Amino acid sequence: MKIAKSVARYIGDVIYALKTLLTGMKITGYYFFHPKEILTQQYPENRDTLKMFERFRGEVILIHDENNEHKCTGCSACEIACPNGTIEIINKREVDPETGKSTKAIDKFVYHLQMCTFCNLCIIACPTDAIKMSQDFEHAVFDRTQLTKVLNNPGSKLMPGIRE
Amino acid sequence: MKPVFLKFSLYDFSEWIKSIHQWLIELAGPTIGHLLGLALVGTCFLLFTALLGLSVVYIERKVCAFFQQRLGPMRVGPYGTAQTVADIIKLLFKEPTMTKESDKFLFMLAPFIIMIAPFMVLAAIPFAKGLHVMDLNIGLFFILAVSSIGVTGILLAGWSSNNKYSLIGAMRSGAQIVSYELSVALSLLTIVVLTGSLQLSEIVASQADGWWIFKGNFPAIVAFIVFTIASTAETNRGPFDMAEAESEITAGFHTEYSGIKFAFFFLAEYVNLFIVSAVAATVFFGGWMPLHIGNIEFFNNAMDLIPPIVWFFMKIAVIMFLVMWFKWTFPRLRIDQLLTLEWKYLLPISVVNLLLMSFIALKGWHF
Amino acid sequence: MNTETVELGKETQEYFINMGPQHPSTHGVLRLLLTLDGEIIKKVEPHIGYIHRSIEKMCEHDSYQQIVHLTDRMDYLSCHMNNEAVCLAVEAGLQLEVPERVKVIRTIVSELTRLSSHQLWWGVMGMDLGAITTFLYGFRDREMITDIFEETCGARLTMNYNVPGGVMFDIHPNFQKRTKEFITHFKKKLPEYEELLTGNVIFEERTKDIGYLSKEDAISYGVTGPSGRASGFSCDIRKKHPYSAYDRVEFREVIHTDGDTYARYVVRMDEMRESMHIIEQLIDNIPEGEHKAKTKAVIKLPEGEYYQRIETARGELGVYVISDNKKSPYRVKFRSPGFSNLSALDTMARGCKIADLVAMMSTLDLVIPDIDR
Repeated sequence: MKIAKSVARYIGDVIYALKTLLTGMKITGYYFFHPKEILTQQYPENRDTLKMFERFRGEVILIHDENNEHKCTGCSACEIACPNGTIEIINKREVDPETGKSTKAIDKFVYHLQMCTFCNLCIIACPTDAIKMSQDFEHAVFDRTQLTKVLNNPGSKLMPGIRE
Repeated sequence: MKPVFLKFSLYDFSEWIKSIHQWLIELAGPTIGHLLGLALVGTCFLLFTALLGLSVVYIERKVCAFFQQRLGPMRVGPYGTAQTVADIIKLLFKEPTMTKESDKFLFMLAPFIIMIAPFMVLAAIPFAKGLHVMDLNIGLFFILAVSSIGVTGILLAGWSSNNKYSLIGAMRSGAQIVSYELSVALSLLTIVVLTGSLQLSEIVASQADGWWIFKGNFPAIVAFIVFTIASTAETNRGPFDMAEAESEITAGFHTEYSGIKFAFFFLAEYVNLFIVSAVAATVFFGGWMPLHIGNIEFFNNAMDLIPPIVWFFMKIAVIMFLVMWFKWTFPRLRIDQLLTLEWKYLLPISVVNLLLMSFIALKGWHF
Repeated sequence: MNTETVELGKETQEYFINMGPQHPSTHGVLRLLLTLDGEIIKKVEPHIGYIHRSIEKMCEHDSYQQIVHLTDRMDYLSCHMNNEAVCLAVEAGLQLEVPERVKVIRTIVSELTRLSSHQLWWGVMGMDLGAITTFLYGFRDREMITDIFEETCGARLTMNYNVPGGVMFDIHPNFQKRTKEFITHFKKKLPEYEELLTGNVIFEERTKDIGYLSKEDAISYGVTGPSGRASGFSCDIRKKHPYSAYDRVEFREVIHTDGDTYARYVVRMDEMRESMHIIEQLIDNIPEGEHKAKTKAVIKLPEGEYYQRIETARGELGVYVISDNKKSPYRVKFRSPGFSNLSALDTMARGCKIADLVAMMSTLDLVIPDIDR
């Protein structure tokens, strides 16, 4: 009697094990025979259709309009807000040709991409919304120096009416 | 001298092989002709294994990718077909590193030993009618005996690397392969009881009117399941890949190998996978015999049209797919559970199964 | 090798093995010095510090807004909770009342983070045990959550979504729709997880009665989170000291008493269900209002000490801030859950095999940057 019971339990164990293994195989088998479920995106090929979300933080850019004018007054709020010293603002004195008054303007808006942690604090700190995060994420370059960027276009000016 | 290639037939290779043999002997005399024949066969097998390795690795990667909702290799060549070629080229160019304290001779020897076993086993497998190297009268026994040479290579690799991870892997694999040999042999013997012969060509011939898995009643199915599990373990494939369990002992016995020496281990694994599938196909699924159902003439004739070699490779592909399905679904067993599975489950089951089959064969209850 | 000479043939020799810092299943740069007898583990000695980046020291030079983004880099799988802990501590110091909307948003995002962390853990757990397919399935479902994060917070992993006083942006208009989509999707996929691993006989054999941790040991080592709750130690901060919107949602503190690897696994699987339950309660009831309370540009905490504890995906995270009324804190100390959980590994692993150690480590769910900081 005892032997019969243990033999029954032995066979039960084997059947239970086979059953659970087959349940697992059913799941992977389902995916094998349903290739429509494949999720792979072929990246460089789908570059045209790949669109990042608008809030995606790629890199910091300085917004220029069609007249090559930006909104940065050179107040250095972003430089102070940055935890890593990513942003360096070099100012210059500029003489207004009409009024003859000397004002502060940015000479270079230097952005060290290699130090950036994409924390968005500079964008929040900017009082004039001059900078924003772009959706560009392809940052790979062959030379580290190329990661240090000057964000203001050559010859760009401050948009009129921002300083007030 | 007759033109040899006229005799070529996809359905029967024996005439063709014979004429090549005679042509060689006429060309260079009996001794050198014979040696030339051997060299020819060796070259054929080298090319075959290389191609086999390339294609099976590619298939495995694609199958695995589809199980995991991925596409797998897609970059090199159309649908990534040249990916494995690129991998081999990379492995050939890699530096074959060696640890300072390793046993240099054994370290170099191990990859060769591990490749010898599958090569020798391939010699005994009948690919199609008349297409086998040697038709030994103890073919099945030869396969079982020779395939266990491979474990020596694993043990040597683990020992000579002078790396504790490698040693653990090698010892695990030693214990594993020695135990699982028993179940493999017993499950094959279950069919030998029916055929009454160990000669592979006779085993195939005995299945002309139906494959043993269908003719052999319930015990044949049990034997097939046991064989599949045990041979998966013998080839060191997941869920029994104890010897190279990458999450536990990094890469097991081939941790220290790089470049082409690593490729040898890798290739041997896939050739072994092919071999166990081929043995299973020969013993359980009728080798190169086409599928025949009873006396439906029309169906049987249609099946006969497909060449036997295609049948053979189709059967192998199905069994290999099954083994891959195991690997990509299940978690790995622990070493003691692995041995428990063998000694407490597979071995008793196959012994009882063998007795049952003998009884059936005595009574003539099989078909 | 062991210095003791033992007589050959009578006794086996113990040997050491360095598991890590480069090892596939230490999940980072953790080094375990194992003392082995064959495959049996005699002793486990964790060596940490390979990814120490002195985050606590860096905090002493940064303003309170800047500290937040550093905590992303500690336990990167529960980054939102880390941020929240710092923000809650700062808000408590300022005695700032954050809007109700912020509390609810923070809770939802926290639970989504917990879900994504547990999904990744499930995948990695399977992979540690040798089932590589689970890894891909876990990541498949996690991808939907990271997409939600990317749309609302702007980043997938190190989101830095919290700022002292609120959250950085208001939620994206698609946030609620996508979250609901995810919940319906994942409710279908979770049974698959169960069938693939939980019910599998090999998995059961590998995890049951392995790595036992008693309740007393769990308490004395300070093992918290799902690992502690699997030993019967009721330690859910969300229940004990509710913060954000946890006081208004109904959920179950998942407690098991087995204390083995399987129990730790099951606790996490159940926690995923509870997280979904919490999100379901809140997702349609996000109150209207501001997404951020007004704070000064330069935050100065009044002189004193502030401590805030929250429940991350791994356990209890404590943030201890000492302020001397300056722009940056005088001292910041993080009580990270991973550090305490790791300390229990030795007790659990003795007498087990190497393969069991791997299973144990994956159910402790260690994140090494969290341990080293």
